[in-house]
Amino acid sequence: MTQQTSHNPVIDVRHLSKVYASGANRVHALRGIDLIVSPGEMIAVMGASGSGKSTMMNILGCLDTPTSGSYLLDGVRVDGLSPNELADIRNQKLGFVFQGFNLLSRTAAVDNVELPLLYDRTGRFKDTRSLALKALAQVGLEQRADHMPNELSGGQQQRVAIARALVTQPALLLADEPTGNLDSRTSVEIMALFQSLNDKGITILLVTHEPDIARYAKRILEVRDGRLLHDIPVTDRAIASVDLQSMTREPDDDDAALDEEASDRDTLQPTVTR
Amino acid sequence: MKVLTLARVATDSIRKNTMRTLLTMLGIVIGVAAVIVMVAIGQGATTRIQEQVKALGTNMLVITAGASTAGGVNQGAGTFNRLTIADAEKLQREATLVSAVSPVIFTRSQVIGGEGNWRTEINGVAANYSTIRDWVTQYGAFFTDDDVRASRKVALLGHTVAEGLFPGSDPTGQQVQIRNVPFTVVGVLAKKGQTANGTDQDDVVLVPYTTAQNRLSGFSFIGQIIASALDPSQIAAAQEELRQIMHESHDLGNAADDFTVRNQTELANAATATTEVMSYLLAAIASISLVVGGIGIMNIMLVSVTERTREIGIRMAVGARGNDVQTQFLVESVVISLAGGVLGILLGVGSAAIVASTTGWSTHTSPQAIAIAVLFSAAVGVFFGFYPARKAAALHPIQALRYE
Repeated sequence: MTQQTSHNPVIDVRHLSKVYASGANRVHALRGIDLIVSPGEMIAVMGASGSGKSTMMNILGCLDTPTSGSYLLDGVRVDGLSPNELADIRNQKLGFVFQGFNLLSRTAAVDNVELPLLYDRTGRFKDTRSLALKALAQVGLEQRADHMPNELSGGQQQRVAIARALVTQPALLLADEPTGNLDSRTSVEIMALFQSLNDKGITILLVTHEPDIARYAKRILEVRDGRLLHDIPVTDRAIASVDLQSMTREPDDDDAALDEEASDRDTLQPTVTR
Repeated sequence: MKVLTLARVATDSIRKNTMRTLLTMLGIVIGVAAVIVMVAIGQGATTRIQEQVKALGTNMLVITAGASTAGGVNQGAGTFNRLTIADAEKLQREATLVSAVSPVIFTRSQVIGGEGNWRTEINGVAANYSTIRDWVTQYGAFFTDDDVRASRKVALLGHTVAEGLFPGSDPTGQQVQIRNVPFTVVGVLAKKGQTANGTDQDDVVLVPYTTAQNRLSGFSFIGQIIASALDPSQIAAAQEELRQIMHESHDLGNAADDFTVRNQTELANAATATTEVMSYLLAAIASISLVVGGIGIMNIMLVSVTERTREIGIRMAVGARGNDVQTQFLVESVVISLAGGVLGILLGVGSAAIVASTTGWSTHTSPQAIAIAVLFSAAVGVFFGFYPARKAAALHPIQALRYE
């Protein structure tokens, strides 16, 4: 999916820091983050509120600029770019998935997905409409192309948002609490989608505060006080599609011990049936 | 962003807020319609006033004989009389910038008939005197060229004379006697009122100039030749043309003119100035409503920017530059105001037609007024859309995305 990125790390961050100066106060949101993300990784960023993980996501997402430090995104130096250049980087190299879906209301799913293509300045997309439909097909919503967001369920809306993030074939997919507004079953469905996209080679970085969701990633970063506290690979990675099967089976089959970590996942018990 | 995409994005968001867009448009619609109606009424009034002033004879040119000087004492205009019927005929034949020429022979006499007698001005004129003075008849009809050629004994009574001799009745077909010559009354002139210096214009009897020469005054020279210029804007040119023809007709060579050609431009200028002032006044009043409509657009666009902060954030997150957002909002406000302008034109032209049919005024919707209204409404869109658009473009993507 990504173009010529196998040699460069997707993210190469050195000594990244961010200081918010409000009057006499100086708030150190980030105090020197070093991070290398290689193509094909799936990383979960965890941390309490105020830990600096949002600031880090904003900078990694080129929505904000660091106070100091260097940031190479897919081989392109990003720190020090103008707002317009950042907008172009966001358009070309990044896909965003938000907690609140952030779809344009009263706008059909396919139009929402097409939106990033309208702001393309490279001219690399010819038939934007069919690209949007293809991206919708990737998330299994080709039948809902003409539906408005308010005619879709939360999970479907998030899948439209993922299709929107994928449509430009970005180097990196950033997801900020993608399951925060979803019930547990739908959350697992979304994570299954992320995992299948990751299996196809898409690099994914997601922020979450739910350990159960983080376990679907390949690597977990924990941020505290503006520093990376832990950077650990996930050894017992959960597979969302498998969990999903167990969840569908649960109402019929009381044997919950199918998964070796069932005790850890109370939240995933099928309390919600759809 | 491509122009087409831009237009689509802007019209999409207008379509999604039909009601709000229509209400916003209303201000511009009314503004543009008001400008068009006001300008139409102003121009209608101008035309009407010009017609009325024309009835006073603003495009009338008067030729009088030159002054004579006898023993060092100037005898005043017309004393040395060398205007002839031949002059009038030559003018009628050769002048291209005048529509009609008529000689006027002046004499005063007692008119007897009906209930008594009346001393009045007898004017010998041609049939097209009616056109030149823009003077119609109340009863009967003006005498014809035929009557003039045959020097028939027909007379038209001025309103005052008709009232004096035949009070309260139509004297057409009755007989009157002027210097013992019986004349048949063929009509009564419509009331024209007094001149500026108090002369009653209606105290007059018109007869064919041939009849006046042969039957009444007994001399062949004439007091005035009057002509009317074809185009009010070419009065000066017509005046010069008449002068040259007269010069030729009198065979003057290098000598000075022995006649004078006068016009009434002062009167016409005053009338035009008055109506111009009135048109500007109406347009100024109407412009105010257009400005108010524009402020309405700004209002709505500002609200719209706030309301759509999150949308702006989403667009920026997926790669819209500040410029893209600014252009989108600008295009939206221009589209709203232009559409309002078009609706306003329809409403304005319609209202002008209604005003015309109810008041009988000849309202005139000029293409210039429409063009100005359209340009102005587009300008209103740009001007009042610019600030909200700038505000939208200046939003920070993170704050815009977090906006609730």
